[in-house]
Amino acid sequence: MRGARKGWSLGLAGLLAPAALWLGLFFVAPLLIILVYSFGTSGVYGGITLGFNPGNYLNVFDPLYLEIIGRTFVIAATNTLICLLLGYPLAYFIALKGGRWRNVLILLVVVPFWTSFLIRAYAWVVILNGNGLANKALQFLGVTDQPLTLIFTPQAVTMGMAYAYLPFMILPLYAALEKFDVSLKEASQDLGASRWQTFWRVTFPLSTPGVVAGSILVFIPSAGEFVIPDLLGGSRSLMVGNLVQQQFLQARDWAFGSALAMLLAVLLVGAITFYVRRVGAEKLEEA
Amino acid sequence: MERGTRLRRVTRGEFLRLAGAGALAGSTLSVLAACTANTTQQQGGGGGGGDEKVLNFYNWSEYVAEGTIPGFEEEFGVKVTQDFYNSNEELLAKLQAGGSGYDVIVPSDYMVSAMISEDILLRLDRARIPNFENLSEDFRGLPYDPNTAYSITYQWGTTGILYNTEAVDEEVTGLDALWDERYRGRIGMLDDVREAFGASLKRLGYSLNSKDAAELDEAQAQLEEQKPLLRGYFASPEATDLVIGGDLVLTQAFSGEALTAVGENDNLAYVIPAEGATRWTDCLAIPKSAPHQEMAYRFLNYILDPEVGAELSNYTYYGTPNKAALPMIDEEARDDPAIYPPPEVAENLEVIEDLGEATRDYERRFTEVKSA
Amino acid sequence: MSRLTDRALVLFSVCVYLFLYAPIAVLIFFSFNAGDSTQNWRGFSTRWYGELLRDQTVLDAFYNSLVVGLSATAFATVIGTLAALALSRHDFRGKTAADSTIYAATVMPEIVVGVSLLSFFVAAGVGLGITTIVVAHVAFTISFVTIVVRARLTGMDPAFEEAAQDLGAPPVTTFFRVTLPLILPGVMAGGLLAFTLSFDDFVITFFVSGVGSSTLPLKIYSMIKFGVTPVINALSTVVVLVTLVIILGAGRFFSRDETAKTGP
Repeated sequence: MRGARKGWSLGLAGLLAPAALWLGLFFVAPLLIILVYSFGTSGVYGGITLGFNPGNYLNVFDPLYLEIIGRTFVIAATNTLICLLLGYPLAYFIALKGGRWRNVLILLVVVPFWTSFLIRAYAWVVILNGNGLANKALQFLGVTDQPLTLIFTPQAVTMGMAYAYLPFMILPLYAALEKFDVSLKEASQDLGASRWQTFWRVTFPLSTPGVVAGSILVFIPSAGEFVIPDLLGGSRSLMVGNLVQQQFLQARDWAFGSALAMLLAVLLVGAITFYVRRVGAEKLEEA
Repeated sequence: MERGTRLRRVTRGEFLRLAGAGALAGSTLSVLAACTANTTQQQGGGGGGGDEKVLNFYNWSEYVAEGTIPGFEEEFGVKVTQDFYNSNEELLAKLQAGGSGYDVIVPSDYMVSAMISEDILLRLDRARIPNFENLSEDFRGLPYDPNTAYSITYQWGTTGILYNTEAVDEEVTGLDALWDERYRGRIGMLDDVREAFGASLKRLGYSLNSKDAAELDEAQAQLEEQKPLLRGYFASPEATDLVIGGDLVLTQAFSGEALTAVGENDNLAYVIPAEGATRWTDCLAIPKSAPHQEMAYRFLNYILDPEVGAELSNYTYYGTPNKAALPMIDEEARDDPAIYPPPEVAENLEVIEDLGEATRDYERRFTEVKSA
Repeated sequence: MSRLTDRALVLFSVCVYLFLYAPIAVLIFFSFNAGDSTQNWRGFSTRWYGELLRDQTVLDAFYNSLVVGLSATAFATVIGTLAALALSRHDFRGKTAADSTIYAATVMPEIVVGVSLLSFFVAAGVGLGITTIVVAHVAFTISFVTIVVRARLTGMDPAFEEAAQDLGAPPVTTFFRVTLPLILPGVMAGGLLAFTLSFDDFVITFFVSGVGSSTLPLKIYSMIKFGVTPVINALSTVVVLVTLVIILGAGRFFSRDETAKTGP
C-alpha cells in the first residue's frame, strides 16, 4: 500500500478508537452473545439455555437449508452484477459529466430512498400487476394483447433487489470516480488512445476501489435480504434472511437461528475478505 | 488551485464551512431533541402500582376506533402512548427480554398460552374489572386460557375465503375452491404457517392443531400440490387488495378486511368454508412488568363497556365478544353470518392452539413447501 | 462517435432515474386516492393530507425517525471516517481483524443484530428509548461509512498532505484544510448512505425501541396487518417534494465550479 505507515502509533490509535469502542461495545459484544446462543439449546417458547450444544450447527448442514443458502448466494451475486451494470454508467455520468450539478444529481439518487421501502415495493406491485401501468403500456404498444404476469415472479424479485440496492453501488462508485483527474483522460487520448481504450485502461482501473466497495455493500446485505422475496415474489421461495427471521420469531428457535446467522456471517466475511485481497489488492498494485 | 469565474459562486472554503456548521448545528439539535425525547420515556422493569396518569398501550396498528383512545383519555384524565408491533412473535421476543414498559398488550389466542407458560402475564384480579360480566360466555374458558385468568378477548374473527363472484363460476362453499385447477395462477393463500396448514388439514378432515406425523405429511403433500396453482403467499390485507384489483380471484383472508372489501365491492363475497376454519381471537392482557397496573385494569374495564365495544367492532368489522355491546352493533354486521356465524357453522370453527415444540416441525414443513 | 456515446450515457442515466422514481410517481398518485387503498384507485381526493395532519401517531413517528436519523448519521459519519483513515493509511497488527469486523458488521442479518442488542441492553439494565435506537443505528451504519470513505481514500495521492506538512502545517490543520476537502464527496456519500439506512430501518429499531419511541418504519410495517392507508403516501409525497424543493432550490449553493476541481 503506497505511503502506508507501519505499526501502531498514537495517531492511529486515536483514529481507530471511536470506531473500535463503538463497534466493540455495540456490535462485537452482542455478537458474542449470539455466538454463545448458537451453542445453546432453545426453550420451547424462545429464550435459551446456555451450554455446549453443537447440534444446532449440525442441523444447519441439512440439504434443505444448504440449498436455500446456495440459492441466496447466487441471487446476491447476480444482484451485485446487475447493480454494477446499471450503477456504473450513472455514477460515471454524475461524477464526470455532472459538472456543477454533481451534488444535486447524487442527492437525487438517494431521495427516493427516504420514503418507506415497503410503500415503494407496494408501488411496484401496482405498476406491475394485471391492471398496472406496465401492462397497460405493453398492450398500448401492441407488444401483447393479454395482461402478462409480471409481479410475484422471480424476475420481479430480481428487479426489486436491483431497485433496492442500486444506491449502495452508486454512492461508493461516485465517491471513487469523483476524484478522477480529468487530465489523465485527456493525456491518454492525446497519446492516441480511443475513448474506449481510455476508459478500460485508465478510468475503470482507477475506479476499482469504488467497484470493490460497491460490490461489498450490495452483495452482503442482498444475502441477508428477506422483505423483497415476500413482497415482490409472493413469498414463494425463501432466502436465508427469511430463514433466520423465521427461526427467531415463528419457530422461536434462537439457538438454531443464531447458528444459521453465524454460518452466514463466516461465509460472507470469508468471501469478501478473499475478494478484496485478490481483486482489490492486485488492482491497487497496478495503479 | 484555480477558483471560480467572474460570477462569484460559493467558494469551496465557504461551502465547507457552511456544510460543517450546518452539520454541527443539525446534529447538536438532534442530540438535544433525542435527550429530551428520552427523558419522557416511561421505564419498565418490575411491575408497579404506579399511579402516574399514563398508559402504555402496545397494539396492532389500526386496531382501535377513532374515539376509543381519546374517550379513555378524557374519562380518566390519562395520557395514552400507543406503540405498534407487527406479529405475535415479535411481541413475545420483545417481552421475553424483559421490562418493555408496556401496560397493555394484545396477543392472539395461541400467543396468550405461550406467554402464560413463560410467566409473562399478570394473573387478572376480576374484582378490578367490573365489566367482566359483559364478556360473553362463548369467550370464557377458551383452551388457551382455561380460567379466563390472564386475558380478555378484544376482537375475534375467522379466516375464510374471499372471492370474486364474477370470475368464479359457482358459489364457493368449501376449501376445494382453493385447490381448483381452473383458477391456476390466480389463487392466494396466507403467508402464515398455521393458516396454510390449517386449511390443508381441515380439507382432509383433520384438526388444525394436529401433531400426528402422518396427518401432517398428507397436509404437506396437499400444500405442495397446491403451490403451482398459487400466485403466492400473502399477508391478508395484500391478498384482499389483490382480489379487489383482479390479480387474484380466490384467497384465504381474515374476516375483517375481507368484509370491508365486500362492503365496498359488489363483485366480492366472503365465505366460511364448510369443512371448517380458524376462529381466532385477539386478547387484551397485562404483562407482569407493567408499570401502571391500575391504569391497565381501568383500560381493560373500559374496553368491556358496551358502547366502547360496539364502536370498536363497528369500525373493525370483526366480532365483538361483548354481549352487552351486541345490541349496539350495526344491524348489517349483526345479521351477517360471516361475522357472527350461526351455530351449525360455528361448531366447525377451531381455535389455533399453541403447539409448543411441535411448532418447529410445522415451520420446517412450511419451509419445505416453500422450497418445493 | 464521442457525441453518440455521450448521448447514450445521458439517455441511460435518465432511464435509471426514471426507474428510481417510478414508484415515487405511483406513491404521489395514490396519495390523492379517494378510497382507502394504496393499490386500487377510487377517484380523486385530498382527504389523506388532512388525515395526515390529524394523525398524531404518524407525525410523532416521523419526528422520531428524523431525530434518530440525523443523530445517528452525525456520529456514524465522524466515527466511520476516522476509521477509514486509519485503515487505509496504516498497516498494523490486527488489521485483518479490524477489516473483518467492519465487514462483519454489514453482514449480520438485522434480526440477529436486533435481538443481540436487545439482550445486551437488558442485561446492562439500560432503558429502551430513542437513545438506544440511536446507539444501535450508529453501530450498524459505521461500517457502511467506512467502506465508502475508504473507496475514496484508497489510491489517493498522499502528495497533497505531504506537501502541506512539508510547508509546516500541523497535522490537524492538514486534515481540515487538505485531507477533508479531498475526501468530502466520499464522506458525504457515506453520510447519505447512513441516513438512508437509518431512516428506513425496521428490524433493529423494533427490538431496541422503547415506549413512545416508535419510528416511521415501525408504524408503517405494523400497518401491514390492516392495510396501509394512503396517509403514508401523503407523508411520503410531502417528504419527497420538500426535499426536492430544498435540493433544487439550494442547488446554486451546492453547485461547484468545474474549474475549481482540477488539480494544481
